Amino acid sequence: MQWLDGLIQGILLGGLYAQYALGMALMFGVMRLVNITHGDLVILLALIGISLASTFSMGPWSVLVVLVVLGAVIGVILQRLILNRVVGADPLPSLIATFGLSIALQNAMLQIWSADTRSLEGGAIVHASFQLGPLFVGVLPVIVLLTATVLTGGLDVVLRSTRFGRALRAASADVEAAALTGVNPKTVYTGATAIAVAILGFAAVFQSLRSTVAPADGAFQLIYAFEAVIIGGMGSIWGAFLGAMALGISQSIGFRIDPGFGILAGHLVFLAILALRPQGLLGKG
Amino acid sequence: MSAPLLSTHGLVARYGDFQALYGIDFEIAAGEIVALIGANGAGKSTLLKSIMGLLRVAPDMVKLDGRPVGGTKPHRIVAEGVAIVPEGRRLFVGMSVIDNLRVAIDHAGRPATNGWTLERLYGLFPMLKEKQAVPVQSLSGGQQQMVAIGRALLSQPRVLLCDEISLGLAPKVVKEIYQSLPSISEAGTAIVLVEQDIGLARATSNRLYCMLEGRVSLTGRSAEISREAIGEAYFGGTHAVA
Repeated sequence: MQWLDGLIQGILLGGLYAQYALGMALMFGVMRLVNITHGDLVILLALIGISLASTFSMGPWSVLVVLVVLGAVIGVILQRLILNRVVGADPLPSLIATFGLSIALQNAMLQIWSADTRSLEGGAIVHASFQLGPLFVGVLPVIVLLTATVLTGGLDVVLRSTRFGRALRAASADVEAAALTGVNPKTVYTGATAIAVAILGFAAVFQSLRSTVAPADGAFQLIYAFEAVIIGGMGSIWGAFLGAMALGISQSIGFRIDPGFGILAGHLVFLAILALRPQGLLGKG
Repeated sequence: MSAPLLSTHGLVARYGDFQALYGIDFEIAAGEIVALIGANGAGKSTLLKSIMGLLRVAPDMVKLDGRPVGGTKPHRIVAEGVAIVPEGRRLFVGMSVIDNLRVAIDHAGRPATNGWTLERLYGLFPMLKEKQAVPVQSLSGGQQQMVAIGRALLSQPRVLLCDEISLGLAPKVVKEIYQSLPSISEAGTAIVLVEQDIGLARATSNRLYCMLEGRVSLTGRSAEISREAIGEAYFGGTHAVA
């Protein structure tokens, strides 16, 4: 029974990881931009959300709306100010630029919010649960999973069958050829990063409702997002979702084998897939 | 000849410290087919890149309808009505034929009354309709070239630049593609043809420019220029064309 519980909890945890991974799937998987600040942006949005909630006594759902909009704005600024200058076939410049920004962001957050761990007060829903056969399942994790599923489906449709999605795929395949077909790559990239960081607004709220956040936590979200995208296959949105599930389930099962083994189990599954199927679960060739 | 649709004036282009073009004067009118020939490295592709805004040039060096457009960003040049079939085709790998074409439709310039539609394109290359759901990388070279030409046409160009569209294709396919050119130009679209095959270039074009080491070495009506004159302009010496 504890294995079934581990599986269910793992899938629910995967729902949160999918919210980290979707923006990464768009930026790293599709645009081939390495954004080291990915995790720090989750934390930054979460801390802003927590401050908003306590200062203006906002509920978590109003905080969510504010953070998604704020995320989009931050995405636009990030792309315009930094990433548009380093975008190109070589991922190294974006890695170096955002690595520096990541350190600056972490220290700025430490300065503003101190190293304390904080969380968002969500009221009754945080502790609510329902019985599913012999198991108890939390309401909040189910909401997180459903949200992740809807976001994944929505993003996949946008990428597949909208003007913006086609332009982004074209620019990612060959940026010069896309420009020669009338696409303005910088506008398209700015839109994509805005969407990627806006999705982190969801991740920020759910992360700080489910557990705690502190300024230095971003590295975890970053590595889980990277792993999910690579497990799932570069460029595949549903792949990133599956990758997040694989990561959540391995951590959850690993945790039940030994409480110290959970996180490591996730990394081991990631390494195993990298060795056995380097193109990822849904990756091509 | 009527007023040029597209022209360059003393166009100078460089890659870093290397100067590739030394004052190119070029012009093409609506409905004309003009060939651009010359040895490798003569500057043909560089001229096309400069027109498309991929290289930094002064505004007055490129004019469209007499308006300066030199150095305008590629996506704006496309919207102004200049499209290119790039060398090596440069299709969007991983995307289907129809999605490749839709990117052009999505970002086309002002659609002319007699503009290019998917139906009209399918009339020109029926293969595109059959293969529309197929990823472009699984098509043959000739079919990929048709996608590349179709993609450029759906940008609704008034000037179509074709960079070595016969390169690496079977003679039969080259013939098929070249046969499509008159039906493109007769609606008023000007076509600039960069071509290695001098015979083909001469037979297809109204006028031609021969380039040598970054300069125009010969220009005139294709039917009136002798092979000897082309040979001299092509190699810069007194070699005859075999």
